[in-house]
Amino acid sequence: MTIYYNPLNQLRHEMDRLLSGTLGPALEGIWPGALRSQPAVNLWDAGESLKAETELPGVKSEQIDISVLGRELTIRVERPEVVEENVTYHRRERPTGSIHRVLELPCDVKADGVTAEFLNGVLTLTLPKAETAKPRKITVNVNPE
Amino acid sequence: MTDETTTIPAGGVAAAEHTRSGQCYRPQVDILEQGDELLLRADVPGTSADQIDVKFEDGALTLHAVVTPRTPANGRYLLREYGVGDFYRTFQVSEVIDAGKISAECRDGVLTLHLPKAEAVKPRKIAVKS
Repeated sequence: MTIYYNPLNQLRHEMDRLLSGTLGPALEGIWPGALRSQPAVNLWDAGESLKAETELPGVKSEQIDISVLGRELTIRVERPEVVEENVTYHRRERPTGSIHRVLELPCDVKADGVTAEFLNGVLTLTLPKAETAKPRKITVNVNPE
Repeated sequence: MTDETTTIPAGGVAAAEHTRSGQCYRPQVDILEQGDELLLRADVPGTSADQIDVKFEDGALTLHAVVTPRTPANGRYLLREYGVGDFYRTFQVSEVIDAGKISAECRDGVLTLHLPKAEAVKPRKIAVKS
């Protein structure tokens, strides 16, 4: 199965993410750093598997919870609010708080074969494609006369 | 501490030009004052301690973190919501900093810089005699 890159789909995803991530909490009242509750994800086709990558700097691996159900990939990070005392903030740009992202995958994957690697704040998921999603070579038989 | 590239939104592209090709990003930072030091935390995912260059010269603090490219082999994405590139940002430090005592550490993609204030600017308690 070839998965085509669709710019319109990408735009839709981006709008969904912006609306639910930025404007969602913004309407409920904002506090600095809490705007990016939905992390950005890069996704690509690596032949036998799909690769998904997201940047989660400062997150501990035990705070990350990943689940795959059908074609739905969920990345959840439960991060407790750290209260620092006797501190004056001059700038506060880094996102804080919990993270929750649900992503629809373009093909079926083997849920039990999904692996995750977390290095230097970058989470990389390898999602092996299900047999039905893999390309199949069909030989053409020529019947001799 | 002021930022020389204030007009660029957080996460945007840095202003300085580099000889290395590829996009350069402006890391998001927290700057806080804690006791006798300024603390700077910058999100630099994808880099390790040996790939980060921190310079303090004439009151200008420059961070440059080299990121190993992690793009797909054929360069085609199914979904591309962020770009991968080096991180670069410069700050003009107005506070008096003891440059010799600046220390830095990097863990889980977060760079932490400790900028101790120079003796002259530390609050000094003056006893009032009766």
